[in-house]
Amino acid sequence: MSASTASKTEGINEKLLRIQGIREQRLLLSLATPAVLAIVAIIVIPVGWLFYLSFTGSNGHLSLENYQRMIEYKSYARVFVTTFQVSILTTLICILIGYPLAYFLAMLPQRLAGFFMLAVLLPFWTSLLVRTYAWLVLLQKNGILNDFAMSVGLWDTPVKLVHNLTGTLIGMAHIMLPFLVLPLYGSMRKIQRDLMHAAANLGASPVQSFWKIYFPLSMSGMVAGSLIVFVLCLGFYVTPAVLGGGRVVMVATQITAILENQYNWGAASALGVVLLIATLVILYAATKLMKLDAALFGKH
Amino acid sequence: MSHISKPAHRVRSIILATGLASATFATGIASAEPVTVVSWGGSYGAAQDAALFNDASKNSGIDIIRESGASMSKTCLQVESGSVTWDLVVTGSGGSASAAEKGCLEKIDYSVVDVSDFIPGMYTDYCVGTDVFATVMAWNTDKYGQPGSAGAPKTWADFWDVKKFPGTRAYRANNVDGALEPALMADGVPPEKVYEVLSTKEGKMRAINKIRELKPHIAVFWGSGAQQAQLMKDAEVDMITGWNGRFDNAKKDGAKVGYTFNQAMYDFDCMAMPKGAPNKATAMKFLAEISKPEYQANLPFHITYGPTNKKAYEMTTASKELIESLPSHPNNVPMMLPIDLAWYAKHRTEALEMYMELMSE
Repeated sequence: MSASTASKTEGINEKLLRIQGIREQRLLLSLATPAVLAIVAIIVIPVGWLFYLSFTGSNGHLSLENYQRMIEYKSYARVFVTTFQVSILTTLICILIGYPLAYFLAMLPQRLAGFFMLAVLLPFWTSLLVRTYAWLVLLQKNGILNDFAMSVGLWDTPVKLVHNLTGTLIGMAHIMLPFLVLPLYGSMRKIQRDLMHAAANLGASPVQSFWKIYFPLSMSGMVAGSLIVFVLCLGFYVTPAVLGGGRVVMVATQITAILENQYNWGAASALGVVLLIATLVILYAATKLMKLDAALFGKH
Repeated sequence: MSHISKPAHRVRSIILATGLASATFATGIASAEPVTVVSWGGSYGAAQDAALFNDASKNSGIDIIRESGASMSKTCLQVESGSVTWDLVVTGSGGSASAAEKGCLEKIDYSVVDVSDFIPGMYTDYCVGTDVFATVMAWNTDKYGQPGSAGAPKTWADFWDVKKFPGTRAYRANNVDGALEPALMADGVPPEKVYEVLSTKEGKMRAINKIRELKPHIAVFWGSGAQQAQLMKDAEVDMITGWNGRFDNAKKDGAKVGYTFNQAMYDFDCMAMPKGAPNKATAMKFLAEISKPEYQANLPFHITYGPTNKKAYEMTTASKELIESLPSHPNNVPMMLPIDLAWYAKHRTEALEMYMELMSE
């Protein structure tokens, strides 16, 4: 009997809690309404419109012609290959430069690290367009870099550093670097130095303790950073357009060309849709992979 | 009678304006609404401001809003989305033909715009010519010599000849306007046969293959007139295709650049009106004003493009030398190939697809 009264009082509490819970939910929901409406207005509707346009043929009726074009003309496949190639290479360069940089920053005392972080962030706050054109001035045939290298005798004839893949990668890696360094630095700062000391105490060499302990623990930041860099690269326009010299055709460049010169909204939308879906698939796969990472490395 | 009907007309136009352009609700209230005039960047837009727009606005009392970034695709987007904010837009002749075919342009009212003194062919149903230009080949004069000197490039065959003229090239990106004709001429097709050959798929392929042959030497594909000028100023490439006026202005800025009208393509830029332009009537009046010879006569001082109004050549105070440097000068016209708008209307889309294939390789 006493058990039933207990459950009854619990029931009353439960009811009150539930009502309170619902109230709180409603309040939170109403607070979120402007954000939800904004997302619907600026993301859901335009993306829906994009899908609709991509399935609209030149005669204005529903059709698959825009997707058929993408199979029919080889240029589309090539443009996607270039886009992924450039994005992967940029991400790799960012990792190669960004990892040691973040490691160096994480090793420094906090105040000094803050100063150096400013050096990473300062270009980040400068206009993308300005930075891209700055690279053009630096890298072009009679640019500062070639002039300098030739005057000190590093090479005799100007080296082609821009208006090609090289220039595109240099510019993109520079612009993308902070997106990798920031999350990586964050995750490295969280790694307890004691773990390294413990490893050393147990006889691990510095190299061993780095690869067995430090590196796995910094993985989450690196995966997050690389993912941001990679996804941002996929849709990049300005830098490849200016530094690629028309020879590095990425999806965004192709979309502009189709709109500017062919007025073909359907074809441009179809490219956008395919890029969007490809990006989502990669993001999905990567989050799966990240969970795998957590399972593998998060056991300590 | 007319003074009675005028206010009624204005009221109607206010209603129309407020109904059509929701974003520009204020425009219907002012008695003379400012006309939005859109041109291109770089020295071209500046030249139009100096020669045409500023004075025409002052003399006619029509206020204008000047914007940059003129493009027929943006015009079509405005028309299709029903939010037209532009009244007059600068465009290439070929671009206007495509946009007109898509139904993006308003018909020009030739009872308002007087083209009786125009060079024949420099106006269409949808576009009024503002200047005559030429797509030429230009080069670094330090490298290949001054135009006309012994050993300087003369023909498109020279442009393609990387043995005789070793060095880098720049060519048009993503757009076939004036891009296929040079390739065929370089391949030995006589200028008068170029459009005939280009009318078949094989002919287009022949042009594309010729450009593919040159592609390893094309260091940059340019996307705008401003970029043409910049590439020559920086001596980034040795030989380039582009618009004659841009090179003359680059030369004024110190670029070592020269060009020839030989085998160049003779073309015109024009002013079009988007369908449903918010201030159609006023804009048409402004278009009539800038088409007058007294403004066009000043254009050569700012950019070496020829007036489309023949009377401007009589009125201008420009030196003989300057007039002889214009693409529309009788000495220069016979050296060039006139752009065939009928070919562009019919074949541009197919040619573009083929050109885009080449670009992505």
